Formats: sequence, C-alpha cells, structure tokens
Amino acid sequence: MEKGKGVMGSGRRWAVDFSDNSTAPSSRDIPDPPGFTRASVDQDDSAVSRQKKDAESNWKAQKAWEVAQAPFKNLLMMGFMMWMAGSTVHLFSIGITFSALWQPISALQGVGKVFEPYKDNKVDLLGPKLLFIALNLGGLALGVWKLNTLGLLPTHASDWVSSLPPAQEVEYSGGGIPL
Amino acid sequence: MAIRSFFAPFLFFALCSYSSLTPVLSLYEDQVGLMDWHQQYIGKVKQAVFSTQKTGRRRVIVSTEENVIASLDLRHGEIFWRHLLGSNDVIDGIDIGLGKYVITLSSGGSVLRSWNLPDGQMMWESSLQGPKHSKSLLLVPTNLKIEKDNVIVVFSNGRLHAVSCIDGEVLWNKDFEAESFEALQVIQPPGSDLIYVVGFAASSQFEMYQINARNGELLKHERATFSSGFLREVSLVSSETVVALDSTGSILLTISFQNGEISFQQTPISSLVEDPSGPAVIIPSSVPGIFAIKTNAFTIFIRVIGEGKLEVVEKTNHETTVSNVLPISEGQQAFALVQHAGSEIHLAVKIAHDWDGNLLKESIKMDQQRGLVHKVFINNYIRTDRSHGFRVLIVMEDHSLLLLQQGAIVWSREDGLASVIDVTASELPVERDGVSVAKVEHNLFEWLKGHMLKLKGTLMLASPEDVAAIQSMRLKSSEKSKMTRDHNGFRKLLVVLTRAGKLFALHTGDGRIVWSHFLQSLHKSGTCQSPIGLNLYQWQVPHHHAMDENPSVLVISRCGPSSDAPVVLSFVDTYTGKELNSLSLVHGVVQVIPLPYTDSTEQRLHLLIDSDKHAHLYPTTSEALRIFKREFSNIYWYSVEDHNGIIKGHALKCKCTDEAADEFCFDTRDLWSVVFPSESGKIIATVTRKLNEVVHTQAKVIADQDVMYKYISRNLLFVATVAPKGSGEIGSVTPEESWLVAYLIDTVTGRILHRVTHHGARGPVHAVFSENWIVYHYFNLRAHRYEMSVIEIYDQSRADNKDVWKLVLGKHNLSSPISLFSRPEVITKSQSYFFTHSVKAIAVTSTAKGITSKQLLVGTIGDQVLALDKRFLDPRRSVNPTQAEKEEGIIPLTDSLPIIPQSYVTHALRVEGLRGIITVPAKLESTTLVFAHGVDLFFTQLAPSRTYDSLTEDFSYALLLLTIVALVAAIFVTWRLSERKELQDKWR
Repeated sequence: MEKGKGVMGSGRRWAVDFSDNSTAPSSRDIPDPPGFTRASVDQDDSAVSRQKKDAESNWKAQKAWEVAQAPFKNLLMMGFMMWMAGSTVHLFSIGITFSALWQPISALQGVGKVFEPYKDNKVDLLGPKLLFIALNLGGLALGVWKLNTLGLLPTHASDWVSSLPPAQEVEYSGGGIPL
Repeated sequence: MAIRSFFAPFLFFALCSYSSLTPVLSLYEDQVGLMDWHQQYIGKVKQAVFSTQKTGRRRVIVSTEENVIASLDLRHGEIFWRHLLGSNDVIDGIDIGLGKYVITLSSGGSVLRSWNLPDGQMMWESSLQGPKHSKSLLLVPTNLKIEKDNVIVVFSNGRLHAVSCIDGEVLWNKDFEAESFEALQVIQPPGSDLIYVVGFAASSQFEMYQINARNGELLKHERATFSSGFLREVSLVSSETVVALDSTGSILLTISFQNGEISFQQTPISSLVEDPSGPAVIIPSSVPGIFAIKTNAFTIFIRVIGEGKLEVVEKTNHETTVSNVLPISEGQQAFALVQHAGSEIHLAVKIAHDWDGNLLKESIKMDQQRGLVHKVFINNYIRTDRSHGFRVLIVMEDHSLLLLQQGAIVWSREDGLASVIDVTASELPVERDGVSVAKVEHNLFEWLKGHMLKLKGTLMLASPEDVAAIQSMRLKSSEKSKMTRDHNGFRKLLVVLTRAGKLFALHTGDGRIVWSHFLQSLHKSGTCQSPIGLNLYQWQVPHHHAMDENPSVLVISRCGPSSDAPVVLSFVDTYTGKELNSLSLVHGVVQVIPLPYTDSTEQRLHLLIDSDKHAHLYPTTSEALRIFKREFSNIYWYSVEDHNGIIKGHALKCKCTDEAADEFCFDTRDLWSVVFPSESGKIIATVTRKLNEVVHTQAKVIADQDVMYKYISRNLLFVATVAPKGSGEIGSVTPEESWLVAYLIDTVTGRILHRVTHHGARGPVHAVFSENWIVYHYFNLRAHRYEMSVIEIYDQSRADNKDVWKLVLGKHNLSSPISLFSRPEVITKSQSYFFTHSVKAIAVTSTAKGITSKQLLVGTIGDQVLALDKRFLDPRRSVNPTQAEKEEGIIPLTDSLPIIPQSYVTHALRVEGLRGIITVPAKLESTTLVFAHGVDLFFTQLAPSRTYDSLTEDFSYALLLLTIVALVAAIFVTWRLSERKELQDKWR
C-alpha cells in the first residue's frame, strides 16, 4: 500500500481519463452524428441499470437474510460446546459460558454495522435485522441458561443472605464460675 | 463421546485445583522456626543440687514446683535434660547418689526414682508403701554402706526405708506405728552406723528413735514431753541437737539427744533480744551451730555455744535468705547469706563456726522487678591459686533463676513463664515516618544480596553454603521481630500474667521479652502475705479515633483465695509496661464481666460483682456511667455455683441502697435459676463463646443452594454435668451408673435450649464454643474410648426467609436486632465420633473477619497441639454423601476422627505440661496466631484454609522482577528487529 503511494507521489507520467462525458451534451464540442439519437440510448441504459439495480437489491436482501441467519449456526455450535463443557464450575465451562454471553452482546451492539453493506432504500432490512436480533437474543438466553445451570446466577435465597452479618442482640449477659 | 473423553483430563485437572478435600498443613523441614518459636522453662526451683563430678561439664540438678527435674548447664543456664512428672507426682526431694545418679522422691514419698546424671535416662524406680500418710524425707548419706552398696534412706508414709542406690531394691524397712508421730528430721551422723529419726507426737511430745543403719533394728526410743507444745519446724544445729520453738513462738528450745538422752534447754527469745515484736518462726536450715528465727520485723541469727547456751550474732531488718550448707574442706562447712538493701543484694559466704569472718562478700545490683530472694543454693570451685571460689544460684520472687559468680550475674532464666495464668494480645505501636527508612537504605546492599541468594536458590544454582546462608537469613529476618505494627498483623505483643504475679510482654516474632513488670500489688507485703494474680483483661484497645492513646490491660489481683479478700485493679500500659494506675477496692470481687461497650477513649466498660451481689461499674467516669445507664435494662449476669449445682441469672435493679456506696454501685435481683439436683448431676464444665469472636455470616448454605440460619448468640452457655459417681477416678464406676448431660442455656432468660444425655459417658469434659457450634470431648465407658461430640444450633424461625425478591429488595428482618425474650425456635444437629487421644485443652482458630474456615486445636496428652479441621466434626456427615453434598465438601462419615501426623501444629516439638491454647486473629484474614502455654511456650501462625490472600513466604520477588525485566527487554529487542526488517523491505 505504502509502496504504491510512494511511486504515485514521485510524479505522473501519463493518465487516462475514463470519465464518461456522454451524458453532458453541453460540454461536447462535436455534434452528434446524424441518425444517432442520444435519448434512446439513454433510455436503454436506464432500463438496464434499473434491472441491474433490482438484481443487486435482490441480492442484497438475500445476503441480508443470510447474514441474519448466521447466528443460528453459531447457536448450534454454542449449544454443542456447552454440552461438552458439563455443568460443573471450572475454567473451561466458565470460558465457554462467557464467550456464549459475549458473542451475542457484541453482535447486538454491531447490528447496524453488520447490515451496513446491504443498506439500500429498496431493501427492507427490518426483517433480517429482527431475525438477527432474535437469534442473538436466543444465544444470549442460552448463555444465561448455562450460567444458571452452573449456579452462577443469584436466583436463590442463599445468594442474597450468604454474607448477611448476624443480627445484633439487644441483651447482654456475662458471668461464669466465681473467681 | 470421543471429544468428551478428550476433555476429561482438563476437567479433572480443574476439579483438583478447586476442591482439595483434605488440606494438609504440614511444614517443610526448612520452614521450621520461620514463623514459630518454642521456649523451654522449668518453673520455680524448689531444690538444687550441684553435681560434684570432677570431669565433664559442670551442671546443677534442680527440682521445681512445676514437677520438673532438670539438669542445667552451669555456664549458660541451658537445659541438658528435663523430665516433667505428672501433676499428681509432686517432687518431695532430690539428691545425687554415688556422684552419677540423681535420686528423686515424689508422689508424697511413695515413688523413688534414679536417673542417670549425664543423660537423664531413668535407671530404676521403686514404689515405697507405708501404713499412713506422712511427711517424706530423703537422705542420701555419702559414706553409709551396707555390703558395698550405697544406701538411700527414705522416710515416707510412716515407714523408714533403706534402699539400694544401685538397683532400687528395698534393703530393710521399719514402721513407725505410733499414731500421731510426725517425723521432722532423719539424721545420719557422719562416720557412724546410726540413724536418728526425730519428730513430734501429739503436739507436746518430742520423740527420738535411734536405728541401726545396717539392718533397721531399733536401738533406742526415747520421748520427752514439753507441756506447752511445739511449733512444727525444727532447725538442725548439730547431728545430735535440734532447735525448736514452743507453740506460742516465744521460747526457744534446744533439744539435745546425745547418747540417746533427750534434754531440753529453754531460752525465752526476750532474753536474747529486747523487743522481739511478736511471735517468731524458725527458718529451716541446717547450718552447724547457727540457726535463724524470723519475727515480724527482724531476722535474728543465733549461735549455739555448747550445753544449749544461745547467743545472738546478728539481728537485721533486711530480708535475709540462708543457703544450704556446703562442706568445703575437712570439718569446715560454708553457707551463703543473701540480704536485700535497696536496689542491691549483699551476698556473704561464711564458714559455719566463724560468723564474723567472711569468705566472700559481694554486692550485686539487682533488678527491682525480680522481687525478693526466695532461695539460695551455694556451690564452690577451686581457683587456679587453689583458693575457694563460690557460685550461688538464687531463686527470686518472680520465679526467675540466677547464677551469681564473682559479683556478677552470669546467667538468668525467666522461669516464671513456666506458670502462665492468663494471656492477652496487644498491638504494637504504629510505625512513624522516618523511623525505619535509614535502616532500609543501610541494608539495601544486604537486601539485594539476600534476594540474589534467594534467586540462586530458586534457580537451583545455590551451593550448600548458600543454602545454609539462605536458611539462616530466613530465620533471622529482622522483619519479623521489629517493634512496630505490620501490615498483616503478624507482629503483636503477648501480654502474659504468671503465677508469681509478674507481667511479661512477649514479641510474637521471636518470643523475646519486650518488657516485664512485677506488679506492686502482687509483691508480698505486710498487709498481704499471699497475693495472687487472677486474670488479665483488655482495658483499652485504641483504634480509629483514639490512636494517640497507648493500649492498656487490666490486671485483677486478690489477697488470698477467699472471695471477699481485698482486690487491687492495676492498669498497665502495654507499650511500655508501666503501671498507669492501681486501685485498691473497698469491695471484694467474685466476677469480672467485660461489657460490649467502650467509651470515647476506647476504654472497655467492666462490671465487677462483689460477694454481696452488688455490681460495680469501672471505669468510674461520668461518660461510662452515661453509656451504662443507656444500656442499663439490657445488661444481665449469671453465676455458676458448681459446688451446689445451681446456675442463677440476675438483672440489675437500681443504685445501691447503702449509704457508703457511690453512684457506680448497683443492686441486682435474681431472675431465674437452674438447679441440677446433686443426685443426678454435678457441673463439671461450662463454656461460652469468646466475647471478641467475629462471625461473618448468619447463613449457612448447604447443598442445592438451600440456606440454614445459624443461631448465633453471645448469651449461650454450654454446661456439662455428670452423674455424681462418674466424677471420681476412671474405673470407679460402671457404664450403667454413669451419664453425661450437655445443656445449652440462654443466660438472659434461663431457657434451656437443648439437652442431650450421653449414657455410659463420663468426664473430664473439655469443650469449645464458637459461632453456633460446640465441640466437647469426654470418655465413653461402654466403648472404652474417648469421644468427641458436636452440636450445631440453627434458628428455625428464620428458615422461611426464602423469597428471593424480598431479599433483593431488602424487605426482610434478618438483620434487625433481636431480643432473647422473643421465643427462639432452634433445632440442633449433633454427631459423635471416637477420638484416640485424651485431651488437655481445646481451642478454635479465630480470624479477623470470621470468613476463613475453622480448625480445632486439640492439646493432646502427648503435649502436642493437633489441628483438626472443623469439617470432620460436621453433624451433616453421612456414610454416603450425595453428589451435591460432596461438592459442598462434606466428608463421608467414619466412626473415628482421623489424626493426620502432618497436622500437628507443634510439628516435632512438645509443649511440656500443656495447659492452655490461645488464638489471636492476625489482620490478614487467612491467618491466625496460636500461642500454647504450659511449662514450655510455643507460638506459631496458622492458615486453616491456607494463605489464600497473600503470597507465600518463599515467593521469589527477585525471580518475578527478573522475568519482568527480561520480558521488557525482549519486547524492546523484537521491536527494534522488526523496525529494521521493515526498513530493509522498503529498500528492496
């Protein structure tokens, strides 16, 4: 990359301007040849490009759905990993659980970015986005469920009272065997 | 499944690191002495005999009030060997026989033993029985032989025995059947075959028996009556003359029994000294020709000049002590006199027949903190110029032992520490700025060197010399013996009250004595002949807002054992050992109750109960009174009358109604009483929780996330009673007629919360109470084994606090104050286990916040301290615990508690005569400080769940530093390399 820049920066020897000036007749000095109608070509071109655009947006929508469905595979994979990890608390299961929690969260944070390439005013991204979010939430739920099976969620009374100091006693009594 | 089995080793590894079921707390060999120290003592010396051996190292054999026989090095005072006899095997006399055996008479004269002098091996033991109990006397004549066998003459249990010195065989014995005969002296005139036994019968009769030493034949028996009776003490002035006092203590009687004829010679003391000031007593001595009597004001030395004539040689009002007699040459006998004069003691060595001439006269400066000289023992040595030199062993009032030679103290032993009564811990001063910086800089090179050595050790590069250097460096670490508070709270002062009445402060780092103070109130004085120190309480423990004050302790001492004897409170600063204040109380004290309240200077309020059941508040300040008035209705007290089996509860009523009383005196009223009928039970043990114990949580989480609420109360009393028959000797009772009942009594309301009967069990009971559980140890007569039981108490009324949302929102009453008058619903769980050892003391570890799991510290009969995990005494143990219970750490039930040799806290050492174990929490939560005392002292640090909150002592900081440096260097180098490579790539 840097190398290319360096070469370009050292001096321009020749250049080809590929800019299409055809659509700006006012700038042309040479009149059109007879029998040539610019308009029809323009029309044809626009039809083709519309077709192209349609195809592209179709493709984009398709892609967006694909992307939206991607977490599903992830979900299955995660489920498998979790099954592998077992239900006792140790380094491996904790690692898997936390990655299972972290992946959906980070994916959800980047929902906009994921669907950025497929942004098009003709493509309805709401559906894929919703699916994507739902699947990721599913993944998150799976992670939470795993966390719960590991016993790491404070859902029991014991989790809330285990550090409760003993209650103060109002009365005090001392004494014993006489000295 | 294949993948799963691939992960299995990982899981196993992780599991292992999380749940280690039996934490082994053993030490490595090179860790001994790093955190622990052990000091050996012998106790107050009763009798000392110098070894006359010409060859080998000079030594002195001593017997002490702690029933120790020891051989001490005369040069340094170190112990060569030592034997502790049982507490019921009191030593009556010691002597050296044949120059190589130490002969001891003990157990009221019924056990005679011989020990090899050089190494302390027992040679023989013989049992001497007799018809009746009597005073026991041991005599080892130097030149009395029966058939080439040296003879030991023992008078004990009303019988005279002649015992062979070689094998302990009784050669002959002779009974003294006369009902009231009481032998006072057994005399063997040198060079004769006669033994005289002299004594009194029926208070006014003097009796003399003359016995043939060869066969025990009674040669002569004479008696003479003196109408006004005798005082029971005689002084031997020659081999055929004794001096006694009449029963009024005003007439001296010279009793001569020459040739078997008894003759009295009466001399009134008033004829010898004008103004004798009160009755006299004889100071027992055996100096030929001279004896001493003591009146209230004077000590008088009197010489016997033939035919019963007496002459006063000296009259002094100084405290004087006379030594034993030392034969120095043919016909010459020397003795030593020690007199007090201000801060000095005067030592004089005299020859028995020449009072005015001194062989030696020295003045030695003596620490006032040692009190008076109690005993003197003299020994001589031959100087290079063939003259006699003398060394003197003295026993002081504080039980210390000193050797004086050539006007100086050669060595001293603080043997008062062999009889510790009470212990409390105190913090050290906070480190001030600028105190230790210079020291660190000075030692910077040393520090670096030390760490380099350590690093070498870690990398296994150290040579044997280096290893030795590392070890000695670890042992002598100045860090642990500094006089300032440390971050982990390992350095503290142990304030120790000894039976002699002296306070010592021991540094926990190395066990040295930081200061010692002989309390003025515990000095023997005219007003109080036998003062006893009772207890030690923490009076002021400054922290937070009262940091500038020094902490202080309260010492309670009483004049004599009776409960209404005058009491003195002494307040001692624990930083300096100075007595801040001392109060002589007008009332007696039967109980001292530290209250859980402190005033603004962190002085703890104490309630002292006198024998009329009045409560007196201390400190006597208006602030204390205000705090006390605020809590007035919530303060109760209870008394355990173990002799008649009653436990009584009392409440405070009003101010004292006596006119004489001040405003700090309060009347009390009886509230409740629990009576144990004498035919069914006798109280043998009561235990409460320690006042300063910290409990972290009230909930106990059991398997399946369930919660049990502990019943934690400061006001619970554990009482053990046994059947009256079961309190006698072991073997005196059958299992059917013996039982042990354990009660848990609420001391505010008198409610019995729990009661359990162990049939066929008997005492002695040792118990420990902590948090919500009690562990007690007793003997099971049916199984013929010792048992330990545990009771855990849970609060059932809180058990329904199970709604998570209520707990999350804090809508519960678990932390609101509770009154004991609201009826608690408790359930108890208990379990019993066999235990191999009999026990001398039980304690439990205590930590700063109470989070760390607990260990029981069991003082075994072998004088060692065994750490036993509390998890072994868990009533929820079952034979087959479920998976969940196993995860919780419940150990499968076994019928007996395991004794793991590695879990002896005292490792290879013994705390001879172990009496008590004290635990003090360090500031570091995982660690607790353990102090065990008996005749020996032992201190160590314990981490019941290992040191989870700090790096271990042998962690190599140098290695860590080196690794970091190496990593940084590697990063730098690789960065440079990659830079260069990139540049080269760009130029290509």
